Amino acid sequence: MFNFSDPTVLLTWLLSAIIFLPAVGALILCLAPRESDASTKRFSLFITLAVFALTVWLAIPGGRVGNFNFSQPGMQSIVNHTWIPAFGINYMLGIDGISLPLVLLTSFLSVLAMWASWPITKSVRAYCALFLLLETGMLGVFLALDFFLFYVFWEVMLLPMYFLIGIWGGPRREYAAIKFFLFTLVGSVLLLVAMLMLYFASDVSKLSQAQQVASNLIGHGTKHTFNLLALMQLGQMPDSPFHQTLLWGQSLSWWAFVLLLIGFIIKLPSVPVHTWLPDAHVEAPTPISMILAGVLLKMGGYGVLRVCYPVCPDAGYHLAWLVSGLGTVSMVYGALAAMAQKDFKRLVAYSSVSHMGYVLLGIGAWSATAGTSYDPNYWNMAMNGAMFQMIAHGISSAGMFFLVGVVYERVHHRDLDKFGGLFARMPVYAGISMVIFFAALGLPGLCGFIGEFFVVVGTWAYCKWLAVVAASVVVLTAGYILWTIQRVYLGPEYKGPHADALTPMTRREIAIAAPLVAFALLLGVYPQALFKYTEPTIGKTVVQKLTDWAQASPKATGHDVTEGRSQ
Amino acid sequence: MNFNELLQDVVQKDTLASLRAVQPELTLCATIIAILLAKILIPAWKQSPFHLTVIGLATAMFVGFPWHGSAAAAVSTLAQPIFTASLVSDSFTTVVRFFLLTFAMLFAAFAEISTDGEDDRTEFYVLILGALVGMCLMISANHVLIVLLGVEMASVPCYVLAGLKRRQSKSSEAALKYAVFGAGAAGVMMFGLSLLAGGLGTAHLPAMAANLAKMIQGGISPQQITILSLGGLMVMVGVGFKLSAVPFHFWAPDVFEGATAEVAAFLSVASKAAALGLLMRLCSAFAFPADMYFHSPIGELLPQASLIAALAPVRQYIVAIVAVLAAVTCTFGNLAAYGQTNMKRLLAYSTIAHAGYMMMPVAAAVALIRVGSDGVSVDGARDAVASLVTYISIYLFMNLAAFAIVAFLRNATGSEEIADYAGLVRRSPGLTVCMAIVMFSLVGLPPLAGFQAKWVMFYSLIEAAHVCPALWALLSVGLLNTILSLFYYLRVVRVMALSPEPLYREAPTIPLTSMVGMYCGLLTAPMLLLFFALDRVLPWAHAAASTLF
Repeated sequence: MFNFSDPTVLLTWLLSAIIFLPAVGALILCLAPRESDASTKRFSLFITLAVFALTVWLAIPGGRVGNFNFSQPGMQSIVNHTWIPAFGINYMLGIDGISLPLVLLTSFLSVLAMWASWPITKSVRAYCALFLLLETGMLGVFLALDFFLFYVFWEVMLLPMYFLIGIWGGPRREYAAIKFFLFTLVGSVLLLVAMLMLYFASDVSKLSQAQQVASNLIGHGTKHTFNLLALMQLGQMPDSPFHQTLLWGQSLSWWAFVLLLIGFIIKLPSVPVHTWLPDAHVEAPTPISMILAGVLLKMGGYGVLRVCYPVCPDAGYHLAWLVSGLGTVSMVYGALAAMAQKDFKRLVAYSSVSHMGYVLLGIGAWSATAGTSYDPNYWNMAMNGAMFQMIAHGISSAGMFFLVGVVYERVHHRDLDKFGGLFARMPVYAGISMVIFFAALGLPGLCGFIGEFFVVVGTWAYCKWLAVVAASVVVLTAGYILWTIQRVYLGPEYKGPHADALTPMTRREIAIAAPLVAFALLLGVYPQALFKYTEPTIGKTVVQKLTDWAQASPKATGHDVTEGRSQ
Repeated sequence: MNFNELLQDVVQKDTLASLRAVQPELTLCATIIAILLAKILIPAWKQSPFHLTVIGLATAMFVGFPWHGSAAAAVSTLAQPIFTASLVSDSFTTVVRFFLLTFAMLFAAFAEISTDGEDDRTEFYVLILGALVGMCLMISANHVLIVLLGVEMASVPCYVLAGLKRRQSKSSEAALKYAVFGAGAAGVMMFGLSLLAGGLGTAHLPAMAANLAKMIQGGISPQQITILSLGGLMVMVGVGFKLSAVPFHFWAPDVFEGATAEVAAFLSVASKAAALGLLMRLCSAFAFPADMYFHSPIGELLPQASLIAALAPVRQYIVAIVAVLAAVTCTFGNLAAYGQTNMKRLLAYSTIAHAGYMMMPVAAAVALIRVGSDGVSVDGARDAVASLVTYISIYLFMNLAAFAIVAFLRNATGSEEIADYAGLVRRSPGLTVCMAIVMFSLVGLPPLAGFQAKWVMFYSLIEAAHVCPALWALLSVGLLNTILSLFYYLRVVRVMALSPEPLYREAPTIPLTSMVGMYCGLLTAPMLLLFFALDRVLPWAHAAASTLF
């Protein structure tokens, strides 16, 4: 267990440290004698920085233990230990091009959000402990490869988030917190049901020896499994055990897909289950809004990408219209709702709904089979665009929430109609805001553009009408963002309350915003920095495999090839 | 065999072997006598009941623990009919009894801490130990008389315990309600048992099942069906009363509110665990009279598979009753908990809801007994029983911790109203965290043990639903209830952590380093530990299940 010369042991410790270091930090905070608030915050910041350093280690290509290997598109750095052998539950972690960017985003935003927590003064110790617990849950979700473990981490986030909104939030915090809790719990229960359905239908013995090795199943004692890699392989088999009819003529795979999809789009969130988001965002304190928008929403997208499609391709193929339809509706609805908002934070919250719609559209646009050529390139573009959009939105939305927080701390209101003239009072702040808001708008040269562009291009091959709608949402986005900029930053002078408090940004605030601006620019100018990680994994392990599956399966399952195409 | 030989046989072989198997119960009886004597002989020794109780319980745990090796060794302990087959000693008895004794040990410590310096504690401990003996009988019952005796022995001390605070009218009211309701339920149960015994021509449970199977094989008349199903229903009334299953739950909220939190903790955990053990015994006896303990007093051994196959309608009947009762109990408990303002009443309804959850694996176990062309398959049924035992072991800590915190807060603030817990997080953060962990564990959220309890339960329920599709409905009821239950548990946490402190009250400061705080910490720790170390509990649970079928 402590033999560090063994790479497996070292890797186990490395990945476990990434997940559990924040939890250990939280425990230390709880048990340590009472320190001053400032040192508690510094300690928590130190922990998040340490975790960030470890995740950066995962991203460096170096060939050492834990380093990223670009030549391996599939899962790498796999750690697999038995946890509850009676149910075949393992402590299985791993990294690939889909999870690594999200892990990095999580640890990066955690550092910034922790630093942005400096103005918190109410029970700092509890705040920091809950914050760190939340980080453990988030990182665990992205690293877990065992469905049960994934679910556990998924739930672990719930409680800290509830308290962080409920104790440190705004005036309607209790309502917002319970609403968040309830929505997520409903999603979790659906997830649990789907998980159990897949588990009971899974049959390890159906996998060939090579497949068992590939999914790390050797030595597996039970017939059923929670191993996500094994579930993916089972789901993509021509005679998949998930194809059995379950209820009302639909297959188990179809039902599992629908349940998982609902569970995930609650988190994403997509219309019509997005209503918790504006409330939670508005009431949550600034750093928590950053985490909520930057990381938690990505979990929904990650779940759809990691679980829904690879495990239930059959249903994904036939429900492509539903997924991309939901995505498009979210985009349009979110943008229109954002335009109608008077509250600055609510506007940003609705813009998240709109932007996350691109993710769903990009994943859902099953364009691989448009026509009969089985050309996976367009879907690959859309999927990669969706992945890019997740990271880009993580940066721009966290930035926007932070910027709203900066001005809210000074004037204690968020009424868009009472702003104006901030350019003159806070020039640096206004400059940073321009970059971040334009990144969200999707201005070429900034990070928001790349994801939206690729999603729209990929969608065009799937269904032209959806692509047209998706492209025109950019106009709506430009509308509300430019209007916001006009109302907040431009204008002759600030006439709202607390005008004296409008001091320039402090150095700490600039230091938090600067990396976000830098990444918005970097990803906009050099998107390859991210695509280098995501493209091989998404292209080879998701899109290519599912295209192969689609090519093989219409004969196997008796479905018409044209059925899932654009309508 | 003439009478003399029979007598010799009974005295020498049966009784001696039997006495060895009931050592823990004998230890408890000896402790009771010792406590009573100590009170008379050494009146000055104030600490006597607690110390003697702890010594007695520790001894009982020691002799009752299957020391020899691990869980695997417990599996080899075959079912052994004792006292002329009126009781049965097997690993189910051993494991569940060990849980009961563990609970009693923790409970004694809790009672000692929370009622420090009060009078009439001798009576308290004696009654608790007496009830424990009755509960041990319930879980090892193999005969109609023992079923009745066990239920009564477990109930009567509880009636007194509920009324222990004689000067409080609520306490007396609770005791009276409990006693009257209990007497009624016991009467109905007795009637049911006599219908069954009369209809089947014997009072030995496995023999009753065997006779029933033969009756079904030979063609059963509608009148007999009516009488027997009526008998079964009436027995369920008695068991349902002990379980506080809806609609026999009316006593529970009133008794929990009227009795002290200590007594409520005992009723909520030990009484439920024993009632579930009895339910499991009755169901398994009638669903699958396994040859392991099928030694009818005549010494007759009967061919099994055909009998078990013949009992299929009985199993359907049991599954239907238990499943419906479980669904109704669970839903009602959770819905009724909403409106509660008193913490003990809320926990009473939570107990009712959990009784519903815990009846689900019983239904699953019976449904999972399958007779095919290749013999009888009971693996799934054992899984289900194991999930029940796991649930009990986790539930024990959860509910004891909840009631302990309620009692400590009552000592500190003098109130058991939820509203009076407002803002406790500021002065007693440790205690609030413990309460939050317990409440979320009761909801069943990971990473807390309550999740594992629900998880193993839903697991066996899905397994059973593959055999008996009607159980999908039970599964959805269980899942839906998990969401429903969130609200009222969360409300407690919300009041403690989120609500502002009222102006008129000086909040109590209970640091985690105090005796009380450490006790709460000790009981809360298993919520986290058992989540990660579920693997340590499962072998014992499986051992318990292995001899039941």
